[in-house]
Amino acid sequence: MPVMNIIQAVNDALRLQMRQDPRTVVLGEDVGKFGGVFRATSGLYEEFGGERVIDTPLAEAGIIGTAIGMALYGLRPVPEIQFGDFIFPAFDQIVNELAKFRYRSGGQYPCPVIIRTPVGGGIRGGHYHSQSPEALFIHTPGLKVIAPSNPYDAKGLLLACMRQNDPVLFMEPKRIYRASKGEVPEGDYTLELGKLAVTRPGTQVTLIAWSGMVSIAEETAAKAEAAGISVEVLDLRSLMPFDIDGILASVRKTGRCVILHEAPKTCGFGAELIASIQERAMEHLEAPITRVCGFDTPFPYTLEHEYMPNADRVLGAIRQTLEW
Amino acid sequence: MVAVQAQDDLRRVLDDEGRVLPGARVPDVADDVLRNIFDKMTLVRVMDDRMMRLQRQGRLGFYMKSIGEEATHFATAPLRMSDWVYPSYREQGAWFYRGYTIKQFVDQLFGNANDPVKGRQMPVHHSANWLNLVSISSPVGTQIPQAVGSAYAAKIMGKDDVSMVYFGEGTSSTGEFHVGLNFAGVWKAPCVFICRNNGWAISVPREKQTAAKTFASKAVGYGMPGIRVDGNDILAVLQVAQEAIDRARAGEGPTLIEALTYRVQGHSSSDDPSVYRDPKEPEIWEKRDPLNRMRNYLTHRGLWDQAWEQGLIDRYNQEITDALAASDVTPPPPVESMFDDVYEEMPWHIREQKAWLMAQARTKSPHHHG
Repeated sequence: MPVMNIIQAVNDALRLQMRQDPRTVVLGEDVGKFGGVFRATSGLYEEFGGERVIDTPLAEAGIIGTAIGMALYGLRPVPEIQFGDFIFPAFDQIVNELAKFRYRSGGQYPCPVIIRTPVGGGIRGGHYHSQSPEALFIHTPGLKVIAPSNPYDAKGLLLACMRQNDPVLFMEPKRIYRASKGEVPEGDYTLELGKLAVTRPGTQVTLIAWSGMVSIAEETAAKAEAAGISVEVLDLRSLMPFDIDGILASVRKTGRCVILHEAPKTCGFGAELIASIQERAMEHLEAPITRVCGFDTPFPYTLEHEYMPNADRVLGAIRQTLEW
Repeated sequence: MVAVQAQDDLRRVLDDEGRVLPGARVPDVADDVLRNIFDKMTLVRVMDDRMMRLQRQGRLGFYMKSIGEEATHFATAPLRMSDWVYPSYREQGAWFYRGYTIKQFVDQLFGNANDPVKGRQMPVHHSANWLNLVSISSPVGTQIPQAVGSAYAAKIMGKDDVSMVYFGEGTSSTGEFHVGLNFAGVWKAPCVFICRNNGWAISVPREKQTAAKTFASKAVGYGMPGIRVDGNDILAVLQVAQEAIDRARAGEGPTLIEALTYRVQGHSSSDDPSVYRDPKEPEIWEKRDPLNRMRNYLTHRGLWDQAWEQGLIDRYNQEITDALAASDVTPPPPVESMFDDVYEEMPWHIREQKAWLMAQARTKSPHHHG
């Protein structure tokens, strides 16, 4: 089985789908001849030509707005927003238009647009190249939000997204775009949306993460194990819809839960997870659920390393939970 | 202020009395097409009058009339049914011309169980995918890049369909106007932009939207032709629309059409223009009424008589009365339908919320209109 990084896995998924379905087109800034600033669309322009791998004018609202019209007419557009931080000029097109088209038209106009965008910090990118805006989009009825953490999931989930009929925000962890490597099947496969992965089984604490934070969770679990603490790591993969059954199965077993995310704490997705868990599994909880998150500040540049959650902080939270 | 005659770049075929102007080229439009347009223009006027009265009686929540602007709706008339239309919210004539029924129109206004959009949107936000009329959105301008996307999609898919998109002159101030026209110019997308310049964006006059002399002139910046047309002159509207559609279909790219017209009454049922504009201004425009001009023209051509028009008015009044009566006895959409169509398949959390709501006592609507 070939070893790929996340960029290669995304590229592979796009190429496979474009070969299978002539309706699939890619559009965005620099996605054509250049192959994307992160190279995710590398080689696609050469294989499929400029009408299916479209270098757009530089305007996010135009990229998403035109992608919507393409999808309504019958194409399967996969627009790229170069950085998650640049998505906000297209916020109205995504929130009021894309996400609502099926509903507001009484089911007449499904709008299968799959928006790919890199997210997260740790690349010395400052405020405009580091944000994790998932909560804003999870809070948008009609939109699915997918956040893979590794090459295998990235390919299988992206293929699954491109073969269903709802709009999706597909968030890619840019910090580990190349650092995360793993075996990826060569041919076709899909992973079910809405299902988490238990990336490391454990018994004492459930640690929930997604996207770039899964690697921190794994690192934490390894450190915890060395300290004699058994941590079960859940990679949510799909944030909307999220796998409540998978979460509850783990939390009912461990009785303790820590949630890890990069985005600011207040109204972050962790808050929703805590509410959902305690509504259903209060009697299984041995301690309050805690969060290790980004702070309620804009994403800093020089002090990025202090802003980002790390394994030591997560381990601290796990110990607190165990000692409660 | 409203010197239509002084604008030498304005395409006109008919004078204010509906006579063909000396030297004007008359577009080649079949008699039955002209009669059908007059028919649907009459329907719009009857419908607007009836619905506004219902709104004033407190029986309808909201309405938007288009009196004085009806001719602009029929820029859609030269389109094929496979072409796509992205309307704004004031093109009722385009809906009726393409085949949207009085009953569907009324059912949407009342959001009842037969509403094609299942009671999901406030009045005048129609959607008809079987007519390639795209769901209307309230935030202005969002439909512009979408229409460009559909237009370009047709080109990519090797079809020769055209997209036409409507918006008001106020919308030319939005980012989406710029974005949409810019993408269309670069892509040579087969898209026709209809800027319905009715002089007013609610209370804000066109002078406060742009320092440009005309809205059509903005096309220059996007590398496409900009055509200014007397939007109350049905023949001129049909002519410039046909030319722009032909250009688009032939692969020659997009066109911006500024249809100069006037919003004779309020923006919507919630508006009161007497607060912000000179009451004499509408009077000038009433003399240029598109329906009167078309009636005069048809009369000159021997295509109109009083009995025919009265017959249309009577028939449409009756059909509206019937549609209202049917709506009165039609229940609202079932409560559980609120949870449909968010996604193709209902996810667990919405299923759970639906089950919870269905277990609650029903809440009576405080907005009972019928």
